[in-house]
Amino acid sequence: MGEKKIIPIGPYHPLQEEPELFKLYCEGEIVKDIKWETGYNHRGIEKLSERKTFDQVFFLVERICGICSTSHPFAFANAMEEIAGVEIPDRVKYIRSIIGELERIHSHLLWVGLAGHFLGYNTVFMWAWKYREPVLDLFEMITGNRNNYAMFKIGGVRRDITAAQIKEIEKVMEVVKKKTDLLTGAVMDDPVIHARTKGVGVLTREDVIDYAAVGPTARASGVDIDIRRDDPYAAYPLVNWKVITAAGGDVFAKAEVRLLEMYESVSIIMQCLEKLKKEKEGVTEVQVREVPEGMGTGRAEAPRGEVFHLVVTDGSNSPVRHKIRAPSYTNIATFKKSCVGQTIADATIALAAVDPCYCCTERMASAWDLPGGNRLYNGRELVELSIQKTEAIRRKMGRQI
Amino acid sequence: MDKKEFIDTVRAGFEADLLKVEELKERRMSIYVKPSAIVNIARFLHMHLHFRFIIASAMHTKKGIEILYHFSDDSSGTIINVRVVLDEKKPEIESLTGIFQAADWIEREMHEIMGINFLNHPNLEKLLSEGNWAEGVYPYRKDK
Repeated sequence: MGEKKIIPIGPYHPLQEEPELFKLYCEGEIVKDIKWETGYNHRGIEKLSERKTFDQVFFLVERICGICSTSHPFAFANAMEEIAGVEIPDRVKYIRSIIGELERIHSHLLWVGLAGHFLGYNTVFMWAWKYREPVLDLFEMITGNRNNYAMFKIGGVRRDITAAQIKEIEKVMEVVKKKTDLLTGAVMDDPVIHARTKGVGVLTREDVIDYAAVGPTARASGVDIDIRRDDPYAAYPLVNWKVITAAGGDVFAKAEVRLLEMYESVSIIMQCLEKLKKEKEGVTEVQVREVPEGMGTGRAEAPRGEVFHLVVTDGSNSPVRHKIRAPSYTNIATFKKSCVGQTIADATIALAAVDPCYCCTERMASAWDLPGGNRLYNGRELVELSIQKTEAIRRKMGRQI
Repeated sequence: MDKKEFIDTVRAGFEADLLKVEELKERRMSIYVKPSAIVNIARFLHMHLHFRFIIASAMHTKKGIEILYHFSDDSSGTIINVRVVLDEKKPEIESLTGIFQAADWIEREMHEIMGINFLNHPNLEKLLSEGNWAEGVYPYRKDK
């Protein structure tokens, strides 16, 4: 065998939620080992939180993640309401769940689009992102913001959903459902996508348990966990829906889980809207004047998995300790299992399969021939490599490019 | 598994190591255990009761440096916080990486921000601030 070469992905790369450096140690085309360096984007949010009032912390934690920005306020609200012993009104529960599920839809659409792009299916990319736009427009209508919605506070939400808005949401949901049919058909029935994603980046059930992976990453490996059902909060116990799982553990299974989850999200939203119609408008909070000394643990199922917040209070208006665990913290570590043994062309999609948020638009991945010091690939060329593999499979199958 | 059943099971196995049981709200519970027993208890929770390790939180309190190991019983949605108190002059405890990989990053992080030494961790390097932070300064301690 030839000597190992290192392909760094990052520190700034569109595959990743935050700047992180993954070093793929390759022998020829095969990834033999992977190492990572994190901390490029460490903002000390847990420490900052100790100096903010509870109301300010909502805005702070909303900025942890750009895509699933409501999941952190969701978990923080759950933790704070546990400490304060507050029971929130049903109308608030429905509004919170609607926001949470709209976010899941736009986040999953974003992933499907990016996954399509990495595989050389730019039509899927264009479709998915086009149909994501109306969902963002809904957010703008309901909350005033396309992202970072600032909807949550202790004991309630900041804005109501009016009867006129309910009609608009219903209209968009009908469209989203139709378009999800289209995307699901495009992904599930395409033999080339099957060839590129089945058996690629496999995480076994044991790997998931060992790394404590969560969300679609775990559910695609047959681990049936979902905080919305297991530790019920907001309106999830009040509506009918099911947890989607798959057995394969590969990239295809992860895509399948996300696509089918979008149907469930649409169904949850429609049921919540029906219930909202029967609730009295304007009841959007219970007053919480004081937060006693105590400890609360709040969880929420973000599009990428379980978000966990521990809040310790001392009777003042700021947390004494605020520990936050985002789902990518455990999911990203599974790369050690999903990427090793793959070809470089497959590593791109195996890394993307975990959906580590695609906030960054810069790409700086370069491959260097260590002994020679010559550059082998940059980020664009890595994606090209993946696209070329799809085209080769298409040609082999006698399909048009 | 409900809370009572859980407590009875842990009591039966770890009577001498269990210091205190704290029932919190619905589906929430804390147990205080001796630091020397953490590996056995974590192994029991993970291997026998099939609890999922969520994360661990380190806290500097008047009692010392405290670690809360958060476990999730996904069958009942219960969060079990396994709490240990370490001596703040020399905080050290056995690593859980031998039981599950999920402990790897968080132990490195706690080592970095709180100065806790995790014995037998395979790679106790800084996770977040490699090369950018002074040695021996722990930002999450409440010394000053």
